[in-house]
Amino acid sequence: MAQLLERSQVLLIKLILLVPVGLVLLTIAGMVWRTTSPVEPGVAVPQPIPFSHKHHVGDDGIDCRYCHTSVETSASAGMPSTGICLSCHSQLFRDAPALGPLHESMRTGKPIQWNRVYDLPDFVFFNHSVHVKKGVACVTCHGRVDQMPILVRNESLDMQWCIGCHRDPTGKVVSPSHVTRMGTLPALSEDERRQLLHMLQLENTQRLTDCSTCHR
Amino acid sequence: MRHPPAVRFHETTLQDLPANPHRRRLLKLMAASTALAGTGCTQAPPEKIMPYVNMPEGMVPGDPVFYASTLLRNGFGIGVLVETESGRPIKIEGNTAHPASLGAADAQTQAAILTLWDPERSHTIMHRQEISTREAMLSMLIQRLDEESQTGGRGLRLLTGPVSSPTLLSQINAMLMRFPNAQWHMHDPADSDARAAAALQVFGVPARTLYHLEQAAVVLSVDADLFGPSADGVRNAHDFLAARRRNPRARMYALESSPNLCGSLADSRQAMSPGEMENMLEMMAAALSNGAAALSNGGASLKSSSWLNRLYRQLLRARGACVVAAGHSLSLRAHVLVWHINTMLGNLGKTVYALEQYAAQQPGKAPGSGSQTARPRRPASLPELTEAMRNDQVSTLVMVNVNPVYDAPGMLAFAPALEHVPCSIHTGLYYDETGRRATWHVPQTHELESWSDAYSHDGIASIVQPVIAPLYGAYSSHELMSVLASGQTASAHATTRATWQEFWQARGEAEFEQQWQAALSCGVIASHDKLHTLHPLQGAFDALKAESGAQPDARPPNPPGVMTPSAAKPSSATIGITAVLANDSNLVAGEFANNAWLQELPRPYSKITWDNAALISPASARQHALCNGDIVSLSTADDDTGILAPIWIMPGQANGVITLPLGYGRSHAGNTAQGHGFDVFALQGVNGGLALRTFSVTMRRTGQRHDFAVTQHELHTQGREPVRNVETRRDSAPSNSSRVSEPARARARSGENETPSLYPGHEYSSYAWGMTVDLDACIGCNACAIACQAENNIPVVGPEQVAMGREMHWIRIDLYREQSGNRTQFQPMACQHCENAPCEIVCPVGATMHDSEGLNIQVYNRCVGTRFCSNNCPYKVRHFNFFQFSRNDPSAAAHANPDVTVRQRGVMEKCTYCLQRISHARIQAQKAGRPIRDGDIVTACQATCPTNAIVFGDTNDPDSEVSRSKASPRNYAVLEELNTRPRTTYLARLDDPAARLEEDDD
Amino acid sequence: MTERKTETADSPGTSVLSAGWTPGSVTDKISGIVLGRGGPWTRGWSEHWRWRTAILLTFSGVLVFLASSTWLFMRGVGLFGVNIPVAWGFALGNFVWWIGIGHAGTFISAILLLLRQRWRTSINRYAEAMTLFAAGIAGIFPILHLGRPWFAYWLMPYPNRMELWPQWRSPLVWDIFAISTYLLVSLLFWYVGLIPDLASLRDKARTRGKQLAYGLFALGWRGDAHHWHRYETAYLLLAGLATPLVVSVHTVVSLDFSIGNTPGYHSTIFPPYFVAGALFSGFAMVITLAIPLRHYFNLQGFITLRHLDLAAKVILACSLIVAYGYLSEIFTAYYSGDPYEIHMTEDRFTGIYAPVYWSYIFCNVLVPQALWWRGVRRKVSILLIVSLLINIGMWMERFLIVVQSLHQDYLPSSWGLFVPSFWDWIFLLCSIALFVWLFLMFIRYLPMISMAEMRGLVQETAEENAS
Repeated sequence: MAQLLERSQVLLIKLILLVPVGLVLLTIAGMVWRTTSPVEPGVAVPQPIPFSHKHHVGDDGIDCRYCHTSVETSASAGMPSTGICLSCHSQLFRDAPALGPLHESMRTGKPIQWNRVYDLPDFVFFNHSVHVKKGVACVTCHGRVDQMPILVRNESLDMQWCIGCHRDPTGKVVSPSHVTRMGTLPALSEDERRQLLHMLQLENTQRLTDCSTCHR
Repeated sequence: MRHPPAVRFHETTLQDLPANPHRRRLLKLMAASTALAGTGCTQAPPEKIMPYVNMPEGMVPGDPVFYASTLLRNGFGIGVLVETESGRPIKIEGNTAHPASLGAADAQTQAAILTLWDPERSHTIMHRQEISTREAMLSMLIQRLDEESQTGGRGLRLLTGPVSSPTLLSQINAMLMRFPNAQWHMHDPADSDARAAAALQVFGVPARTLYHLEQAAVVLSVDADLFGPSADGVRNAHDFLAARRRNPRARMYALESSPNLCGSLADSRQAMSPGEMENMLEMMAAALSNGAAALSNGGASLKSSSWLNRLYRQLLRARGACVVAAGHSLSLRAHVLVWHINTMLGNLGKTVYALEQYAAQQPGKAPGSGSQTARPRRPASLPELTEAMRNDQVSTLVMVNVNPVYDAPGMLAFAPALEHVPCSIHTGLYYDETGRRATWHVPQTHELESWSDAYSHDGIASIVQPVIAPLYGAYSSHELMSVLASGQTASAHATTRATWQEFWQARGEAEFEQQWQAALSCGVIASHDKLHTLHPLQGAFDALKAESGAQPDARPPNPPGVMTPSAAKPSSATIGITAVLANDSNLVAGEFANNAWLQELPRPYSKITWDNAALISPASARQHALCNGDIVSLSTADDDTGILAPIWIMPGQANGVITLPLGYGRSHAGNTAQGHGFDVFALQGVNGGLALRTFSVTMRRTGQRHDFAVTQHELHTQGREPVRNVETRRDSAPSNSSRVSEPARARARSGENETPSLYPGHEYSSYAWGMTVDLDACIGCNACAIACQAENNIPVVGPEQVAMGREMHWIRIDLYREQSGNRTQFQPMACQHCENAPCEIVCPVGATMHDSEGLNIQVYNRCVGTRFCSNNCPYKVRHFNFFQFSRNDPSAAAHANPDVTVRQRGVMEKCTYCLQRISHARIQAQKAGRPIRDGDIVTACQATCPTNAIVFGDTNDPDSEVSRSKASPRNYAVLEELNTRPRTTYLARLDDPAARLEEDDD
Repeated sequence: MTERKTETADSPGTSVLSAGWTPGSVTDKISGIVLGRGGPWTRGWSEHWRWRTAILLTFSGVLVFLASSTWLFMRGVGLFGVNIPVAWGFALGNFVWWIGIGHAGTFISAILLLLRQRWRTSINRYAEAMTLFAAGIAGIFPILHLGRPWFAYWLMPYPNRMELWPQWRSPLVWDIFAISTYLLVSLLFWYVGLIPDLASLRDKARTRGKQLAYGLFALGWRGDAHHWHRYETAYLLLAGLATPLVVSVHTVVSLDFSIGNTPGYHSTIFPPYFVAGALFSGFAMVITLAIPLRHYFNLQGFITLRHLDLAAKVILACSLIVAYGYLSEIFTAYYSGDPYEIHMTEDRFTGIYAPVYWSYIFCNVLVPQALWWRGVRRKVSILLIVSLLINIGMWMERFLIVVQSLHQDYLPSSWGLFVPSFWDWIFLLCSIALFVWLFLMFIRYLPMISMAEMRGLVQETAEENAS
């Protein structure tokens, strides 16, 4: 009996049959892309005051801890209170329009609402003080803020990224004296690294990779 | 003062669920659809950071700050430390320095944080159901007072609860001096008038009882709830357990109309009605005054006279070192008898003290420490007030933090009487029954919101320090009182400081500041005077002998146990029975009614939540063909407007006694309290100016039924051995060295030797956390359950869910009971953190894991909710979020612990050994470069336990406290035959055969 | 040409095929049902109200199923009656039950094929369809009963930024693989078997639409020798592949329980006992479906009494194995002397769930004994009742294993009760509706009996007769 379809139609159908295959591949690609990073690093976040770390850290050479007071003592690094900003800006650039919100805040007693740049999920319990104590330098996570006119997020903050260091801190930690230092970190020799790890009591990484270290 | 807190959602989970339900639904739909789309992760919403404008001194963002303050219980102070997180109080711990706490806290104290944040607290001043202003109220008040001053305040009445605050007392004195004809009335629904009257009769002044249980060798509780939710409950528990751990081991005997916490500790307990108790006391007193002969001949009439004989001998042997404690259910006469017995046994001034109340005492000096100057007028009673109101003698009534419309005895008919009062002002936490009936209602501050001061039950003063600005714009009672006292307003802060400035007679501001700061920082005001007890008046007890035998009023009208003939046959409609009004173990007399934590906390014995029940004994139930949940109507002889109450059959209850817990049936206490339980006060009668706690009622079956939400259905061990007993040697050696009956010892050993396993064992290089729970010390007070709930953001699920078996308490207090109901044992049961945890093997996504320190951890954000882990858990200690149980409205978010994840619906959760505290301690230790020391980590349950029954620590360290207690021969693991090798083990209950009084013992 | 060149032999009539059939007539008969010539859906409502009401009811059931699933995802799994201690309820019971029903199909087509059982021919097609639908429905329930169903895919291994994998020791993970494999292979097996028939339908179809629809799925089958050669090979291979799966899938499902340490779960008899139970309920379902089919579509000629007879024998055999399972459970409980096992067993006998226990003993052990009698095996009406009872009985058994074991386990303090909620029943009933609806769609649009194989059967019988 007669053929149901001409060759051309058969070809067409075969091509059409490829479409679902392509879709499946696309979905997989999409999932992979979607699950690689919740937020792409390197995105600038608008702030009420265009605060420049480049200026304050890079040019003026103010130490991180001057503003982020509790970074060595507490879980949160601490955002500078309006008072801290005004300790300089009551004199410097008093009338700069950019600083309007600052004076506004002091006048009204209402805090400045900064937009969070480094936002961990709420089921992750991160503690600045212990990381600083264990020689994780600021630059390791926050990058060269001394070169950032506007703060951009430097890392994806993925679990795999965190766990990278937790599995093997070797070469990723510095001596506590260097923690707040910007710029490239001094290269260490093998046994220097070993000594450092020993000094920081980081030899046993089993504890570092327990779920309970970050999740409660 | 502190900054008002910036309320931020520290603790939202995977998705930040908004408050508005529609959007929440939307989100869940989105969640579902995204799941179908194959990707579950959604972008976290952008967050704000709000730094302080000016950083307060000593405030480190992210680190908790603790403030010493004081909570009030029946007017007395309970010292606490309040943990605040960036200005928000989130958790309450006991204050080690305070005598009423010694570091521990009971369930009510723990739950106070929830009341503080309760969004249903009164927000505004109300005038006849209309919102009004402070100015209006003050001008009105001052004007009223001017009018009153014409008559010297003849029409002015003040009604307060029990008061110990020297500031408030001096304000009251000032008021009474300003208005000589005014009257101060005192009303305490949680107390027993019979007790007060007896003390007055014996000592001639209002007095309260103080026990020194740590010095007692024998304690006889006559229906006394020594460890209950009262100002001294925690201290009593601590002291008695101290005495129990001593050698020789202290003994406890309990006569109970209904099981309370003493009964489970007792070496021997008897259930009997208050009337029978009175007979026993009668005989004992007689025996003491004229030789033991009285016992034997009088005893014949009493069913358990032999028991009484043995008890009597025990008490005699412990002259001067025993305690006879009287409970609220007893009559005036019985209370007097108890004082008599204690006096004759020489306990007065040794183990039992009588302390004078309402003395113009000097703070820092203990009450009764002599040198009373200018004794104030004593408070009059509520019945007198009601009488005066009914006769229109009251023109202005000020009710400070009381709720008589609800909790006055129904027979007084207070509410109608209130209609006669042209101007009545009510202050209270809630716009409650009284607030709505009074012409004016003023929202009152919580203890943690305003300044005040208080005395502990044993007369140690402490400052009530606010830890947060009034959340809902309330006013301190001191502000109001200062208007009454002086005519102008003064802040609570100023008034309180003034009081102490005056009492300390500090030389100069500087010295005072120093003392003041010291008082604030350590939470108590040091006092060095010894306590002195009052002594009975001459011939105080002659009255007893005169009218020994039948006494009309004091004795409950119909002899208990003996039923009226009509009641004998179940068929008949009405049943005569003795009603006993008891403070509820959770809500006391109703002040905690709107506290969801306490509502959902299972009663120690009935395990009922969200309800009160009329408790009757199995025998009575059988006699009257009643079963659990049958609703009966109860009415008294003098009025048949009865109440409806559902029955709960309580083993260990005295026959012919129906126990009615107070505090329920609130009509205006907020939505949490709304529509739960029945109001017992409506039934309460008054006799000779005393509100009755025990009286006879008629009970009618109604045929209706009520379903209770109960958390434990099976109370018998079914021949299994979750709880174990061990006998001490006859010479009752101290518990740890005591010879343990062989099987127990064998069991204890078997835990140690390894059993072969297919899986490789775990290595613990650093720490290995473990816990022991001493069943000999656990009194079943439930404090740990609430402490855990507060610490770990455990949600409340409501009665329907509890009834379905979905309660969330991470630590539940199991109760096991002998058939007789006379011997009971509590067992706190939380995650056992098994070495071979059955839950870990079956979780398909690895959401529950074994960490390098042996913790069995639950990773909420990895859990998908197959619930296989719970099925496989032999202890059934895992709890599941069947719905979105956790609330995320601002107030809930504000007092949630930011160090603990708030769980989303659909995830499993369980005890973590307070992982957040372990992490905190570890981080501190690592920063200091030292190992974690024993005692650095105190779990929430351990911290609050009044009897130190819970010990936690590192089992790798042989010298740690937990290792030592695990070394005890009493140590055993529950269900160890399953080879789960739990980290939490129990110390077997000790039995002292020498202390028993039962027949079989001779 | 689709039909094989046959000198039109007609069947002399055997126990599995009545006399007088020619390959042509067989094809016409079966394809006729689908292509509408003489199909029940051609004539008016008055004629075929039964068919239409069935469609109406089942389809509304399907809609309810979808709606309630949405509501379930919105509100949470608390809609079910589950609690602590009984954290698994109807959902898991239904899951095991459906998987069980999804057994007979593959057993019939694969194993009986390998065993050269001729009588399978006329029942394997719809039995396979039944398998497919049942297994598919079974696969839904574990997802429905998750606390956070939108993360169900976490049970599968896939690269992710947490660098996390499933926890391989958990039988639930094995389940995922067992069930998905089983579904996949059953689907292939079924589809491959369909290809020649699809071709026949394509050629018999009148309208262009049908031609296209069937034609596309026939994958250009022309029925020449090569096609047949490869077809036979593929079919045999798949049969070989499917055979072990029949055993494996329900074994793995049974491990979900026997891995657990709960008394009543923790038992080594489970794998064989579950597989037997599965075949038991499976064949019961085959009969339950066969009887109305042959009656309604006058297929007495194809699905003869002998078929029912044989199926009934299988059921009887399974019933005995299952009974053995029940006995051994009781025996091991007492023999072990384990107080928890003993308590669990006694609770089964006398506890609150005892009525369920005794009624499934009645349905699964006593009732099937009737099948010892040939008369009963060949009495259609009785057979239908028996098979229905067995289906119910097996569901009760699954329910009891899941729930009763949990409600009283080790610590008396944690003992509880499971009371099915309104939603539990909804999901059970709607899943049945879904199953029936799918099946109706299947017999409407696909040949419920393999035409190709029937022609083969005609041929064989004819040849045997000739020789």
